[in-house]
Amino acid sequence: MTQPASPPRPDETRKEPPADRTASWRTLTARADVRTLSLLGVLAVLILIGGITKPDEFLDTRNLQLVLTQASVIGVVTVGMTFVITSGGIDLSVGAIVALASVWATTVATQEYGFAGILFTAVIVGVGCGLVNGLLIAYGAMVPFIATLAMLASARGLALQITDGQTQIVTVEGVLDLGERDSYILGVPPLVLVFAVVTVIGWLVLNRTTFGRRTVAVGGNAEAARLAGIDVRRQRLYLYLLSGLCCGIAAFLLIILSGSGQNTNGNLYELDAIAAAIIGGTLLSGGRGTITGSVLGVLIFTTITNIFALNNLQSDVQQIAKGAIIVAAVLVQRRTAHTT
Amino acid sequence: MPEPTSFTSRRGLLFGTAAVSAGVLLTGCTSNEPSEKEPAANDQPAADDKPGKQVTIGFAGPQADHGWLNAINDNAKERAKKYSDVTLEITEGSNDTAAQIGQIETLINKKVDVLVVLPADGKALTQVGLKAMRAGIPVVNLDRIFNSPQAYRCWIGGDNYGMGLNAGTYIGEQLKDKPDARVIELAGIDNLELTRQRTQGFDDALKNYPNIKKVARQAAEFTVESGQAKMAQLLQAQSKFDALWNHDDDQGVGALRAIEQAGRDDFLMVGGAGALSAFQAIEADNSVLKATVLYPPTMAASAIDLARALGQGKGASGLAEFEIPASLTLYSAVVDKENVKQYMPTGFK
Repeated sequence: MTQPASPPRPDETRKEPPADRTASWRTLTARADVRTLSLLGVLAVLILIGGITKPDEFLDTRNLQLVLTQASVIGVVTVGMTFVITSGGIDLSVGAIVALASVWATTVATQEYGFAGILFTAVIVGVGCGLVNGLLIAYGAMVPFIATLAMLASARGLALQITDGQTQIVTVEGVLDLGERDSYILGVPPLVLVFAVVTVIGWLVLNRTTFGRRTVAVGGNAEAARLAGIDVRRQRLYLYLLSGLCCGIAAFLLIILSGSGQNTNGNLYELDAIAAAIIGGTLLSGGRGTITGSVLGVLIFTTITNIFALNNLQSDVQQIAKGAIIVAAVLVQRRTAHTT
Repeated sequence: MPEPTSFTSRRGLLFGTAAVSAGVLLTGCTSNEPSEKEPAANDQPAADDKPGKQVTIGFAGPQADHGWLNAINDNAKERAKKYSDVTLEITEGSNDTAAQIGQIETLINKKVDVLVVLPADGKALTQVGLKAMRAGIPVVNLDRIFNSPQAYRCWIGGDNYGMGLNAGTYIGEQLKDKPDARVIELAGIDNLELTRQRTQGFDDALKNYPNIKKVARQAAEFTVESGQAKMAQLLQAQSKFDALWNHDDDQGVGALRAIEQAGRDDFLMVGGAGALSAFQAIEADNSVLKATVLYPPTMAASAIDLARALGQGKGASGLAEFEIPASLTLYSAVVDKENVKQYMPTGFK
C-alpha cells in the first residue's frame, strides 16, 4: 500500500477506467482501510453480542481457539479464492477439490506412507486440480465459471469413486496428534498457525510483490495488462494453481480436524469462500482484492455460527439471521466507504 | 406413519427385532459362508430352501454417495445371489429424479417380474411407481415412501420416529435415577422430514422421565466435517451434561473426534443408523459411545425376499397370511455392548 508506483502503470496505456484508478490510487487504498475498519466494527459488535448473551462460554480462551480452528480450513480456501476473484476469475471447484484431496490423502494406501504421504498427497491433488483448471482457463480459453464448474462435478465424482461412499478413518498418529486439545506449536494450535502463515504470505504476495500487482492488473483490465507486457495467460494459470494449492492445504487441515476423509467434505465451500471475499471488500468483477478483508469475512461468519450454537438457536433461525447479517454488514461497509 | 409405541425395555427391543426378522426371513439354520466383506444379509438364512419359479427382480436406487446407501446396494446384490431362482437387474444409482424415472421405465420395458425401488425422492417418483403397477409389475417400495399406496404393492422401510423413541428410552433408562439429568441432541440435516421425526420421537421418549431435561439441540449435516464442527460448539456451550444422542453415525465420527479433542468423557453418547465404526467403538468400550439405534440397511435384503415372494405368489414365511404384508416398518433396535456382536456384520462403512 505504500508503494503506489508500479501497479497502475500498465493501465495508463489505455484510457479506460484504469486511468481514473491511477489518479485515485491513494483514495482507493484509504477507502479499503475504511472497509477493513468497518468489518472490524461488525466483528466487535458480534463479540459484544456473544459476550453479553453467553459471557462464560463465549469469552473463554478455549472458545477463541475453537473459533479460530473452525475458521482455519475455510480461511485458507478463501485466501486462494481472493486471488482468483481479484484477477477477475472465479473458482467454483474449491469445495470439490478439498473433498477429492482429503479422500485421496486418506485412502488405506496413502496412509501407509504416514504423515508425509498424507500431506504430500493432499497438496499434490490440490495443485493438480488447480493446474487443470488453470490450463483450461488460460490456454483452453474457457470461461472460469464453466471450467471450474466442470472441475466441481468431476472432482466430486472422483472423490465418490475413491471412497465408494465410505468414511475413511485416519489412523496415522502424527496427523491425529496435531488436532488434539493440547497440541500447540509456538503456543498456537497448529491449524490456527497454518491459517495465520497462509494469511500473512497471501497478504505479502498480493500487496508487496509484482505477482500481486499483476493479479490486480489482470483483474482491472486484462487487455491493458497484456499490452503492458504481462503474460496474462501464464498469470491466470498461476492463480488457479495457487487456489488449488490452498485447497490442498485446507484439505490437510480438514483431515487433522475431523480425523477422517469423506467425499461429502467441503460441501458448499465455494459459496462460503466467495461470500467471505465479497463481504471483505474484494470486487467480484476483479481489479481489487484484500486478504485482510477476506479473513475478517471468514472470522465474522465463524463467529456468527459460534454465537448461534452457544445460544442454542436452531437451523431455521440461524439461516434467517445469517442472511440478515450479511446484508447488514455489506450495507454498513458501503455507508462508511461512501462517507469518507 | 410411524406410530408411537409405549415404553419398551431392552429385552423388548431384542424381541421386537427378532419378531420382525422372523416375519420376513425364515430363521433356523446358520449360514456357513465365510463372509469377508459381505453385508449382513448373508448371515441370515435365505427365505425358502426350495427354489421356485424363476423371478427377475429390477432394482433401482439413488446414487450410493454415503455408507448407508452403499450398504443398501450391497445387501440387495448379495441377497439376490443367494437365490438360484432370482435374477437381479440393478440400475446405475442416480439422485436425479428424471434419470431415475428413465431407469425404472427401462426396467418396465424389459418386463421384469417385480420392481424394488428406493426413490431418490419418494413423492417425485410416485407416477412411475403407478405406471409399473398398472403395467402389472408389482412394486416393492423401499424406505422412501411413494405419495400413493396405489404406486406400490408393499412398502418396507425404517422407522425414524422409532429411532428417536428408542434412543430417548435407552438414555432415559440409564439416567432415570439421576436427579436433574441434562441431555443434548446432535440432529441431522434439519430441513429433512426424517430429522424432525427423529427429534419428535426423542422428545416424546424423554417426556416419560421427568428428571431429564433436554438442554441443547444443534443440527449437523450427516457429514463428518459438520459433526465435528457442531459438536465442538455444543461442548463449548454445555460445560456439563449427562447424555448425548447423535442422529447419525457418519457425522458421529466427527462428533467423537470433537469430544476427544475437547477431552470430555463425563457423559454417555448414543448414536444412530448402525455404522461399523460405531459398532467397533461400542464393542471396544473405550469412548463415550455406549450404544446406537439402528436404521438397518438389511432392509434391502428383506426387500429382495419380499420381491421374490411376490414373484412366486407366496406369503412371507413365518406368518399365517397367504400374501406378503402391504407395509413393513422395521424396528430400530438399540445396539449396545451386550448385543453388538450379533449386529457387527450389518455395520456399514
